[in-house]
Amino acid sequence: MGSIWEYANPKKFISTTDKLLPWVSVLAVAALVTGLIWGFFFTPEDYKQGSTVKIIYLHVPAALMAINAWMMMLVASLIWIVRRHHVSALAARAAAPIGAMMTVIALVTGAIWGQPMWGTWWEWDPRLTSFLILFLFYLGYMALWSAIENDDTAADLTAILCLVGSVFALLSRYAVNFWNQGLHQGASLSMDKAEHVDDVFYYPLLVSIAGFVLLFVALVFLRTQTEIRARRTRALLARERLGQ
Amino acid sequence: MMPELGKYEIEVLSSYAVSIGLLVALVVISVLRSRKARAALDAVEERSKRNG
Repeated sequence: MGSIWEYANPKKFISTTDKLLPWVSVLAVAALVTGLIWGFFFTPEDYKQGSTVKIIYLHVPAALMAINAWMMMLVASLIWIVRRHHVSALAARAAAPIGAMMTVIALVTGAIWGQPMWGTWWEWDPRLTSFLILFLFYLGYMALWSAIENDDTAADLTAILCLVGSVFALLSRYAVNFWNQGLHQGASLSMDKAEHVDDVFYYPLLVSIAGFVLLFVALVFLRTQTEIRARRTRALLARERLGQ
Repeated sequence: MMPELGKYEIEVLSSYAVSIGLLVALVVISVLRSRKARAALDAVEERSKRNG
């Protein structure tokens, strides 16, 4: 078996992900459709939350992916900083819009759920606030990539921004554990059976989460390929201009 | 066979509509950008080959 760094070669990355992409996409759609249909049509109402409990099949996976997308960007950025593999920097860039969209879904569905349950669309609760800041970091990260013409400089600066933003990604994940004054409840997904939501909601939630994870992977593959091709096009155009 | 959503029907349905809409938009934009990038690279590579 070859080294993992083989995949840092753009051509190798594209040929490998070209083979994987159809499978991951089909699995993502299958898991998403199954999880959401199961959750929406075949789960009962919660005795406290009523039918709003069905929102967790969107809110929890989206929130999970919002944080994990940033963590993936962090790992890719560190690889760029340490080993200077362009594919890792481009993968981090490719993941940012997906993470931002997941953050929007988590914030919007949270607000829609919060209005009837907490009596407010928004509260400056530690988890909600750290999520909003994470969203602003996503916007800043994407804006920084677009604002800098030199790809390597952009990769360097966005990698630093990613390191700083990781504090808020972690804060979003653990805020409920160490701040007690917030409105947001504890984790829905604890491994401890006594802590997590009831099994009737838990299993469709796991399927829905699997769908969101696979969708993220498929989109990262596709968008990283796009970034690699766009970078190659820019390089060739620059070479053409020099040759003229 | 729509499930009975009771008094929270609007909240639940709007959550699903917004989320699924955003996910579909993300997928469509990603696929369109991918096709555009592929076509642009093919065109530039073809031109480079022609010009030696």
